[in-house]
Amino acid sequence: MKVLLVDDSVTMRRIQKTQIQGLGINDIVEAGDGEEAYRKLQENMPIDLIMLDWNMPVMDGLTFLKKVRADNSFKNVKVIMCTSESEKTRVVEALKSGANNYLVKPFTPDALKEKLGI
Amino acid sequence: MDVSYINPFVTATIECFQTMLSIKTEPMAPQLKKEPYPAYDISGVIGLSGEAQGSISLSFPNDVAIKFVGKMLGVQVSEKSPDLIDAIGEFANIIAGNAKKDLSKFNLSISLPNVIIGKAHVLAGQSGASTIVVPFTSMFGIFAMEVSLKTK
Ligand SMILES: [Mg+2]
Repeated sequence: MKVLLVDDSVTMRRIQKTQIQGLGINDIVEAGDGEEAYRKLQENMPIDLIMLDWNMPVMDGLTFLKKVRADNSFKNVKVIMCTSESEKTRVVEALKSGANNYLVKPFTPDALKEKLGI
Repeated sequence: MDVSYINPFVTATIECFQTMLSIKTEPMAPQLKKEPYPAYDISGVIGLSGEAQGSISLSFPNDVAIKFVGKMLGVQVSEKSPDLIDAIGEFANIIAGNAKKDLSKFNLSISLPNVIIGKAHVLAGQSGASTIVVPFTSMFGIFAMEVSLKTK
């Protein structure tokens, strides 16, 4: 399983990376904004899962998500939105735009494990 | 600013550090910030906009910030290091994002984090709005959370 980890916070990426590795997943590509993430996605296919922050500079997570879902070659890539914002309207917007799941930050390794179904 | 609007931010602060660092933080009595007075050494600030405007900030003395971030990352961080600055901004981001679900009537959007560093810098609140400061205590020392929100 290969994961694309997208978050503008370097320290958040480090924490999430440790959590993902704790689940036995070591193939991890990182990006700090939506634009970089799109480039890394194209370069590193097949990617199985994108863990996606919402609030980022340059290109935010929702814009990136819509761009990914507009391209059929990424249709099998799962996306988990990982954000601090948990209003229902936000969750609905993310799911409607093609996110497969939604995880509210900060989350524990157990919560991540449950969302990944492993 | 209605004092009750501070509550979601207080709850979010406690939960943020409980989940991310497994430490207990205790809020002290909220105070109305009467005039600009200096914050601590490093502050993470998030702007709030929508049906209300303002900001939320978290301000730490350097030694306290270093202990918080060091505990989170499991490694020693130094004063003014990129990791310290990044993490303080992200704490503010997470607290703002978590708190706004309880203020949904304002349909708030949050900005990207800004981090301000320097002894005795002053955080100016939204003009025309009062600012409420909540000091916190913890095993690593004190810090402060402040919220300024201008409602229509
Ligand atoms: Mg972010």
